[in-house]
Amino acid sequence: MKRFILWTPLAIFFAFVAVFAAGLVKPDNHDIPSHLVGKPLPEFSLPAGTPDVQGLTSAEMRTGKPKLLNVFASWCVPCAAEAPQLQQLARAGVEIDAIAIRDRADDLSRFLGRYGNPYARIGSDPTSSVQIAIGSAGVPETFVIDGKGIIRHQHIGDIRAEDVPDILARLEAAR
Amino acid sequence: MKMFRTPAFVVAMMLLASPLHADSSLPPAHYAYNQLPDPAQEAKAKALMSELRCLVCQGQSIADSDAELAGDMRALVRQRIAAGESPASIKKWLIGRYGNWVTYDPPLDRLTWPLWAIPIILIVTGLWLVRGRFKRRR
Repeated sequence: MKRFILWTPLAIFFAFVAVFAAGLVKPDNHDIPSHLVGKPLPEFSLPAGTPDVQGLTSAEMRTGKPKLLNVFASWCVPCAAEAPQLQQLARAGVEIDAIAIRDRADDLSRFLGRYGNPYARIGSDPTSSVQIAIGSAGVPETFVIDGKGIIRHQHIGDIRAEDVPDILARLEAAR
Repeated sequence: MKMFRTPAFVVAMMLLASPLHADSSLPPAHYAYNQLPDPAQEAKAKALMSELRCLVCQGQSIADSDAELAGDMRALVRQRIAAGESPASIKKWLIGRYGNWVTYDPPLDRLTWPLWAIPIILIVTGLWLVRGRFKRRR
Protein backbone atom coordinates (compact mmCIF):
# COMPACT_ATOMS: atom_id res chain seq x y z
CA MET A 1 0.00 0.00 0.00
CA LYS A 2 2.75 2.41 1.00
CA ARG A 3 4.81 1.54 -2.05
CA PHE A 4 1.75 2.18 -4.24
CA ILE A 5 1.33 5.69 -2.76
CA LEU A 6 5.01 6.46 -3.36
CA TRP A 7 4.70 5.73 -7.07
CA THR A 8 1.45 7.66 -7.55
CA PRO A 9 3.03 11.11 -8.20
CA LEU A 10 5.28 9.65 -10.91
CA ALA A 11 2.29 7.91 -12.47
CA ILE A 12 0.34 11.20 -12.47
CA PHE A 13 3.36 12.94 -14.01
CA PHE A 14 3.51 10.43 -16.87
CA ALA A 15 -0.25 10.74 -17.37
CA PHE A 16 0.25 14.50 -17.89
CA VAL A 17 3.16 13.86 -20.28
CA ALA A 18 0.91 11.53 -22.28
CA VAL A 19 -1.87 14.16 -22.46
CA PHE A 20 0.51 16.92 -23.63
CA ALA A 21 2.27 14.62 -26.12
CA ALA A 22 -1.13 13.68 -27.58
CA GLY A 23 -1.91 17.41 -27.88
CA LEU A 24 1.32 17.98 -29.82
CA VAL A 25 0.54 15.18 -32.25
CA LYS A 26 -3.09 16.26 -32.77
CA PRO A 27 -3.46 20.01 -32.16
CA ASP A 28 -6.79 21.18 -30.78
CA ASN A 29 -8.09 22.87 -33.93
CA HIS A 30 -11.72 22.07 -34.42
CA ASP A 31 -15.05 23.25 -35.75
CA ILE A 32 -16.90 25.74 -33.59
CA PRO A 33 -20.62 24.94 -33.75
CA SER A 34 -23.16 27.73 -33.48
CA HIS A 35 -25.08 27.68 -30.21
CA LEU A 36 -28.09 29.14 -32.02
CA VAL A 37 -29.04 25.78 -33.56
CA GLY A 38 -32.58 25.13 -32.26
CA LYS A 39 -33.14 28.86 -31.71
CA PRO A 40 -34.69 31.54 -33.92
CA LEU A 41 -32.57 33.21 -36.56
CA PRO A 42 -31.56 36.68 -35.23
CA GLU A 43 -33.17 39.70 -36.88
CA PHE A 44 -31.16 41.25 -39.70
CA SER A 45 -31.58 43.19 -42.90
CA LEU A 46 -28.82 43.13 -45.52
CA PRO A 47 -28.57 45.03 -48.81
CA ALA A 48 -28.17 43.14 -52.10
CA GLY A 49 -24.73 41.68 -52.76
CA THR A 50 -24.84 42.64 -56.46
CA PRO A 51 -27.24 44.95 -58.35
CA ASP A 52 -28.91 42.00 -60.13
CA VAL A 53 -29.95 40.03 -57.01
CA GLN A 54 -32.28 40.80 -54.09
CA GLY A 55 -30.98 41.58 -50.61
CA LEU A 56 -31.89 39.44 -47.62
CA THR A 57 -33.84 40.09 -44.43
CA SER A 58 -34.49 37.62 -41.60
CA ALA A 59 -38.26 38.02 -42.24
CA GLU A 60 -37.76 36.44 -45.68
CA MET A 61 -36.42 33.31 -43.95
CA ARG A 62 -39.84 32.72 -42.29
CA THR A 63 -41.95 31.73 -45.28
CA GLY A 64 -43.42 28.51 -43.93
CA LYS A 65 -41.03 26.43 -46.06
CA PRO A 66 -37.60 25.13 -44.98
CA LYS A 67 -34.67 26.79 -46.72
CA LEU A 68 -30.91 26.86 -46.75
CA LEU A 69 -28.92 29.87 -45.60
CA ASN A 70 -25.46 29.66 -47.15
CA VAL A 71 -22.66 31.80 -45.67
CA PHE A 72 -20.05 32.26 -48.39
CA ALA A 73 -17.67 34.68 -50.11
CA SER A 74 -16.24 35.09 -53.59
CA TRP A 75 -12.71 35.11 -52.11
CA CYS A 76 -13.22 31.76 -50.39
CA VAL A 77 -11.76 28.74 -52.21
CA PRO A 78 -13.93 25.97 -50.62
CA CYS A 79 -17.01 28.10 -51.51
CA ALA A 80 -16.16 27.58 -55.19
CA ALA A 81 -15.73 23.86 -54.47
CA GLU A 82 -19.24 23.53 -53.05
CA ALA A 83 -20.92 25.50 -55.89
CA PRO A 84 -21.83 22.38 -57.96
CA GLN A 85 -23.49 20.81 -54.89
CA LEU A 86 -25.51 24.00 -54.26
CA GLN A 87 -26.57 23.97 -57.93
CA GLN A 88 -27.66 20.36 -57.51
CA LEU A 89 -29.72 21.27 -54.40
CA ALA A 90 -31.28 24.25 -56.21
CA ARG A 91 -32.22 22.00 -59.15
CA ALA A 92 -33.85 19.61 -56.64
CA GLY A 93 -36.16 22.51 -55.69
CA VAL A 94 -34.39 23.70 -52.55
CA GLU A 95 -34.58 27.45 -51.97
CA ILE A 96 -31.13 28.79 -51.05
CA ASP A 97 -30.53 32.26 -49.68
CA ALA A 98 -27.05 33.52 -48.97
CA ILE A 99 -24.98 35.94 -46.96
CA ALA A 100 -21.83 37.14 -48.74
CA ILE A 101 -19.10 37.96 -46.22
CA ARG A 102 -16.77 40.95 -46.80
CA ASP A 103 -17.47 40.92 -50.51
CA ARG A 104 -17.49 43.42 -53.39
CA ALA A 105 -20.32 43.55 -55.94
CA ASP A 106 -18.04 43.09 -58.97
CA ASP A 107 -16.13 40.17 -57.37
CA LEU A 108 -19.45 38.57 -56.48
CA SER A 109 -20.83 39.00 -60.02
CA ARG A 110 -17.68 37.39 -61.43
CA PHE A 111 -17.97 34.50 -58.93
CA LEU A 112 -21.64 33.90 -59.84
CA GLY A 113 -20.84 34.16 -63.56
CA ARG A 114 -18.09 31.57 -63.21
CA TYR A 115 -19.68 29.06 -60.81
CA GLY A 116 -23.40 29.70 -61.43
CA ASN A 117 -26.02 31.29 -59.20
CA PRO A 118 -28.07 28.84 -57.10
CA TYR A 119 -29.28 31.66 -54.79
CA ALA A 120 -32.72 33.23 -54.52
CA ARG A 121 -31.33 36.20 -52.54
CA ILE A 122 -27.87 37.37 -51.51
CA GLY A 123 -27.40 39.77 -48.61
CA SER A 124 -24.06 41.55 -48.35
CA ASP A 125 -22.37 41.53 -44.92
CA PRO A 126 -19.21 43.66 -45.33
CA THR A 127 -18.45 43.77 -41.58
CA SER A 128 -19.17 40.08 -40.76
CA SER A 129 -21.76 41.38 -38.26
CA VAL A 130 -24.60 39.04 -39.28
CA GLN A 131 -22.10 36.18 -39.54
CA ILE A 132 -21.14 36.75 -35.89
CA ALA A 133 -24.79 37.24 -34.87
CA ILE A 134 -25.72 33.78 -36.18
CA GLY A 135 -22.69 32.11 -34.57
CA SER A 136 -20.90 31.28 -37.82
CA ALA A 137 -17.12 30.99 -37.41
CA GLY A 138 -16.03 30.88 -41.04
CA VAL A 139 -16.91 30.38 -44.70
CA PRO A 140 -18.50 28.34 -46.10
CA GLU A 141 -21.19 27.32 -43.65
CA THR A 142 -24.77 26.33 -44.42
CA PHE A 143 -27.73 26.58 -42.07
CA VAL A 144 -31.03 24.73 -42.42
CA ILE A 145 -33.82 27.15 -41.43
CA ASP A 146 -37.36 25.85 -40.93
CA GLY A 147 -40.55 27.61 -42.03
CA LYS A 148 -40.83 29.50 -38.74
CA GLY A 149 -37.29 30.87 -38.96
CA ILE A 150 -35.78 28.45 -36.42
CA ILE A 151 -32.21 27.28 -37.15
CA ARG A 152 -32.44 23.49 -37.34
CA HIS A 153 -28.98 22.45 -38.49
CA GLN A 154 -25.55 23.86 -39.25
CA HIS A 155 -23.21 22.34 -41.82
CA ILE A 156 -19.63 23.55 -41.24
CA GLY A 157 -17.29 23.62 -44.24
CA ASP A 158 -18.04 23.02 -47.90
CA ILE A 159 -20.93 20.76 -48.90
CA ARG A 160 -19.40 17.79 -50.70
CA ALA A 161 -21.25 15.43 -53.01
CA GLU A 162 -21.58 12.89 -50.18
CA ASP A 163 -23.16 15.55 -47.89
CA VAL A 164 -26.08 16.30 -50.23
CA PRO A 165 -28.35 13.43 -49.03
CA ASP A 166 -27.82 14.53 -45.41
CA ILE A 167 -28.73 18.15 -46.26
CA LEU A 168 -31.88 16.97 -48.09
CA ALA A 169 -32.83 14.79 -45.09
CA ARG A 170 -32.32 17.76 -42.71
CA LEU A 171 -34.57 19.90 -44.91
CA GLU A 172 -37.21 17.18 -44.94
CA ALA A 173 -36.98 16.87 -41.13
CA ALA A 174 -37.45 20.66 -40.82
CA ARG A 175 -40.70 20.54 -42.79
CA MET B 1 11.42 18.69 -68.49
CA LYS B 2 14.78 19.54 -66.98
CA MET B 3 14.10 23.29 -66.90
CA PHE B 4 11.19 22.72 -64.49
CA ARG B 5 13.61 21.65 -61.79
CA THR B 6 15.71 24.81 -61.82
CA PRO B 7 15.60 26.76 -58.54
CA ALA B 8 14.44 29.92 -60.36
CA PHE B 9 11.39 28.09 -61.69
CA VAL B 10 10.55 26.67 -58.26
CA VAL B 11 10.85 30.12 -56.68
CA ALA B 12 8.68 31.63 -59.42
CA MET B 13 5.99 29.00 -58.82
CA MET B 14 6.14 29.62 -55.06
CA LEU B 15 5.65 33.35 -55.64
CA LEU B 16 2.70 32.68 -57.94
CA ALA B 17 1.00 30.23 -55.58
CA SER B 18 -1.80 31.78 -53.54
CA PRO B 19 -2.61 30.67 -50.00
CA LEU B 20 -5.61 28.37 -49.59
CA HIS B 21 -7.29 30.51 -46.94
CA ALA B 22 -7.40 33.70 -48.95
CA ASP B 23 -8.56 36.92 -47.38
CA SER B 24 -11.18 39.26 -48.77
CA SER B 25 -10.25 42.36 -50.72
CA LEU B 26 -12.19 44.68 -48.40
CA PRO B 27 -10.14 46.91 -46.07
CA PRO B 28 -10.35 46.17 -42.31
CA ALA B 29 -13.18 47.77 -40.33
CA HIS B 30 -12.25 51.18 -38.87
CA TYR B 31 -12.34 50.02 -35.26
CA ALA B 32 -10.38 46.84 -36.02
CA TYR B 33 -7.10 48.77 -35.87
CA ASN B 34 -8.13 52.13 -34.37
CA GLN B 35 -8.65 52.85 -30.69
CA LEU B 36 -11.77 54.45 -29.26
CA PRO B 37 -11.33 58.20 -28.62
CA ASP B 38 -12.25 57.80 -24.93
CA PRO B 39 -9.28 56.14 -23.11
CA ALA B 40 -11.51 54.68 -20.36
CA GLN B 41 -13.75 53.02 -22.95
CA GLU B 42 -10.72 51.81 -24.93
CA ALA B 43 -9.26 50.24 -21.75
CA LYS B 44 -12.54 48.37 -21.17
CA ALA B 45 -12.63 47.22 -24.80
CA LYS B 46 -8.96 46.14 -24.70
CA ALA B 47 -9.50 44.09 -21.52
CA LEU B 48 -12.47 42.29 -23.11
CA MET B 49 -10.67 41.73 -26.44
CA SER B 50 -7.75 40.07 -24.61
CA GLU B 51 -10.04 37.44 -23.12
CA LEU B 52 -12.00 36.68 -26.29
CA ARG B 53 -10.68 33.86 -28.41
CA CYS B 54 -10.16 34.24 -32.15
CA LEU B 55 -12.44 31.86 -34.08
CA VAL B 56 -10.02 31.52 -36.98
CA CYS B 57 -6.60 31.12 -35.37
CA GLN B 58 -8.04 29.42 -32.28
CA GLY B 59 -4.91 29.85 -30.10
CA GLN B 60 -4.89 33.65 -30.02
CA SER B 61 -7.06 36.30 -28.47
CA ILE B 62 -8.86 38.64 -30.89
CA ALA B 63 -6.62 41.42 -29.52
CA ASP B 64 -3.55 39.56 -30.85
CA SER B 65 -4.92 38.11 -34.08
CA ASP B 66 -4.64 39.56 -37.56
CA ALA B 67 -7.43 37.37 -38.95
CA GLU B 68 -10.17 39.37 -40.67
CA LEU B 69 -12.91 37.88 -38.49
CA ALA B 70 -10.89 38.86 -35.39
CA GLY B 71 -10.69 42.42 -36.77
CA ASP B 72 -14.45 42.46 -37.31
CA MET B 73 -14.95 41.16 -33.75
CA ARG B 74 -12.69 43.92 -32.35
CA ALA B 75 -14.77 46.46 -34.27
CA LEU B 76 -17.95 44.92 -32.84
CA VAL B 77 -16.57 45.06 -29.26
CA ARG B 78 -15.40 48.69 -29.63
CA GLN B 79 -18.67 49.84 -31.24
CA ARG B 80 -20.75 48.22 -28.51
CA ILE B 81 -18.57 49.64 -25.71
CA ALA B 82 -18.83 53.07 -27.35
CA ALA B 83 -22.62 52.65 -27.45
CA GLY B 84 -22.56 52.15 -23.67
CA GLU B 85 -22.93 48.36 -23.48
CA SER B 86 -21.11 46.64 -20.59
CA PRO B 87 -18.24 44.21 -21.34
CA ALA B 88 -20.08 41.49 -19.37
CA SER B 89 -23.13 41.85 -21.60
CA ILE B 90 -21.07 41.71 -24.83
CA LYS B 91 -19.28 38.61 -23.53
CA LYS B 92 -22.61 36.98 -22.66
CA TRP B 93 -23.91 37.75 -26.17
CA LEU B 94 -20.88 36.12 -27.79
CA ILE B 95 -21.03 33.06 -25.47
CA GLY B 96 -24.67 32.71 -26.56
CA ARG B 97 -23.40 32.31 -30.13
CA TYR B 98 -20.12 30.41 -29.85
CA GLY B 99 -20.33 28.86 -26.37
CA ASN B 100 -17.69 29.13 -23.62
CA TRP B 101 -15.18 28.27 -26.30
CA VAL B 102 -15.03 31.95 -27.30
CA THR B 103 -13.66 33.14 -23.96
CA TYR B 104 -10.41 32.50 -22.10
CA ASP B 105 -12.23 33.24 -18.82
CA PRO B 106 -15.06 30.71 -18.79
CA PRO B 107 -17.85 31.12 -16.24
CA LEU B 108 -18.31 28.71 -13.31
CA ASP B 109 -20.79 26.04 -14.40
CA ARG B 110 -21.51 22.30 -14.41
CA LEU B 111 -18.52 21.56 -16.67
CA THR B 112 -15.95 24.07 -15.42
CA TRP B 113 -16.28 23.78 -11.61
CA PRO B 114 -13.32 21.30 -11.33
CA LEU B 115 -11.01 24.12 -12.51
CA TRP B 116 -11.75 25.93 -9.24
CA ALA B 117 -12.30 22.90 -7.01
CA ILE B 118 -9.24 20.80 -7.91
CA PRO B 119 -6.60 23.20 -6.44
CA ILE B 120 -8.51 23.30 -3.14
CA ILE B 121 -8.93 19.49 -3.13
CA LEU B 122 -5.19 19.05 -3.83
CA ILE B 123 -4.19 21.41 -0.98
CA VAL B 124 -6.51 19.63 1.47
CA THR B 125 -5.19 16.22 0.33
CA GLY B 126 -1.60 17.46 0.71
CA LEU B 127 -2.25 18.69 4.27
CA TRP B 128 -3.89 15.36 5.09
CA LEU B 129 -0.86 13.46 3.73
CA VAL B 130 1.67 15.43 5.82
CA ARG B 131 -0.46 15.66 8.98
CA GLY B 132 1.49 12.77 10.58
CA ARG B 133 4.77 14.69 10.26
CA PHE B 134 3.45 17.75 12.08
CA LYS B 135 2.20 15.52 14.90
CA ARG B 136 5.56 13.79 15.34
CA ARG B 137 7.47 17.08 15.55
CA ARG B 138 5.47 18.14 18.59
